[in-house]
Amino acid sequence: MKKYTYTEKKDTRSGFGAGLHEAGKRNENVVALCADLVGSLKMDAFIKDFPERFVQVGIAEANMMGIAAGLTIGGKIPFTGTFANFSTGRVYDQIRQSIAYSGKNVKICASHAGLTLGEDGATHQILEDIGLMKMLPGMVVINPCDYNQTKAATLAIMDYEGPVYLRFGRPVIPVFTPEDQKFEIGKAWMVNEGTDVTILATGHMVWRAIEAGEKLAELGIDAEIINIHTIKPLDDEAILKSVKKTGCVVTCEEHNKFGGLGESVARLLTTEYLAPQEFVAVNDSFGESATPDQLMTKYKLDPADIVAAAQKVIARKK
Amino acid sequence: MKHTISELEDIASQVRRDCLRMVHAVQSGHPGASLGCADFFTALYFEVLNHNPEFTMKGEGEDLFFLSNGHISPVWYSVLARSGYFDVSELATFRKLDSRLQGHPTTHEGLPGVRIASGSLGQGLSVAIGAALAKKIDGDKGLIYTLMGDGELQEGQNWEALMFAPFHKVDNLIASVDYNGQQIDGPTEKVLSLENLQAKFEAFGWHVITSDGNDMGEITKALHYAKSLTGKGKPILNLMSTQMGYGVDFMVGTHKWHGSAPSDEQLKTALDQIKETAGDY
Repeated sequence: MKKYTYTEKKDTRSGFGAGLHEAGKRNENVVALCADLVGSLKMDAFIKDFPERFVQVGIAEANMMGIAAGLTIGGKIPFTGTFANFSTGRVYDQIRQSIAYSGKNVKICASHAGLTLGEDGATHQILEDIGLMKMLPGMVVINPCDYNQTKAATLAIMDYEGPVYLRFGRPVIPVFTPEDQKFEIGKAWMVNEGTDVTILATGHMVWRAIEAGEKLAELGIDAEIINIHTIKPLDDEAILKSVKKTGCVVTCEEHNKFGGLGESVARLLTTEYLAPQEFVAVNDSFGESATPDQLMTKYKLDPADIVAAAQKVIARKK
Repeated sequence: MKHTISELEDIASQVRRDCLRMVHAVQSGHPGASLGCADFFTALYFEVLNHNPEFTMKGEGEDLFFLSNGHISPVWYSVLARSGYFDVSELATFRKLDSRLQGHPTTHEGLPGVRIASGSLGQGLSVAIGAALAKKIDGDKGLIYTLMGDGELQEGQNWEALMFAPFHKVDNLIASVDYNGQQIDGPTEKVLSLENLQAKFEAFGWHVITSDGNDMGEITKALHYAKSLTGKGKPILNLMSTQMGYGVDFMVGTHKWHGSAPSDEQLKTALDQIKETAGDY
């Protein structure tokens, strides 16, 4: 098992804030919009340096999505910022008609995704957003794994022409990917090569998969771990190549097991290469109030759950 | 004036014939408010709008128009074709398989003149505001026009947008409301009353003007006046009274023709009342 270390922990939303600021410097067409959550989305640096390219919309997310769509018509590259819940479910029809169907170059940037939002509880913890967004034709769905990768992804989507959903979160987590990484949309990132089981993880679950991989190594299991930062378009080639080698797969996501990464992988495997799969995901449930760590344990998203899923799926191999 | 009022009335007459024939041909679509807004669209595209039928999405230096109540697509398609965006013969493809003239307007098939999909109501004003902000950022003097239905104002997103535009001084925007008092299920007064719209818009900070959208002289004058009010710190709202089905005696003033197509016989009766002025497609 390749050794991963980190010197600091940071939140992925701060990676977005840093990426947005850098994007503003690199491209004068970048415009940011926010629905009364500037501090939470870490947009302060952008607003300070580019006040004329920032739009405070107020608590009016539907209007924000429409304005963003309109800005693209003038050649702007709008980045909208609010919580994942209010970036997707609340404004689904606005995204569907004014952005996705209209083919507009809007970057929907969504913080506080998943259970790790913590104490605010289920009203704010969306676990359905990946599913909602990936069903829209033409929508790119990205869920990076740490601060550096979120920053790199924010810059990469600036250069991509078309609608994108960028999902990130609130808690501080280890920063373990390179600062100067090149982010390729749709290209899976090999974390650790192995032979016994493929572990596909996205977002906050990637570090947890690494911790699980270390435990599996102690048990004599050689896990291949892949960071699926882009859920759509899925890197079919990388996934099939790995599963053909290992013969089984565990998918890990901070999301409902319905509609998430796991289902995308299952669709791929059932059509291309049959192999047993286990899901580490929320089991069709809303979240609740507690600390992020408590919630990840209760809803079975801990490294120990990944280890158990890996053991189970290996046993199912014929 | 590029055209006399009489010339504009003649164009609107042909546009009304197009609307009826398009809806009749596929026995679906929305003739009522298309007829009601024919004068507005004609005045806008043939007199007021600074636009180029050699269409670009950005429309740099041009005025842009956004239709929020996308179901009145027949009148928009007719006016786009008649003003040179595409050949009038394409009107015959309305709502048919593989057509660029979808039931509701869309950018998806690349129809020149359309910059956003609309149909699901209440979204156009927000999009228009975004386009207006982009013009402001670029120092582009072009204006943004949009049209909304009155029933559509029951959608909450409009009120988010109505609150936003005056606060952010989006004064390069002229929004018109097709105030015909009708919606699918009946008169707006019975379905969900809009109460005093003018007072509501004014309370939100808009510069409101009123007009008769079925009097070519008046609607042309009103749009020119609205244009003169831009750049003064407030968005402009043209509260435009129209009659659904205007121009056809058995269609006028009722919600019954919101989304129903005329029969062969009804089409003949209707066309007998509307002069063919520029040649049917």
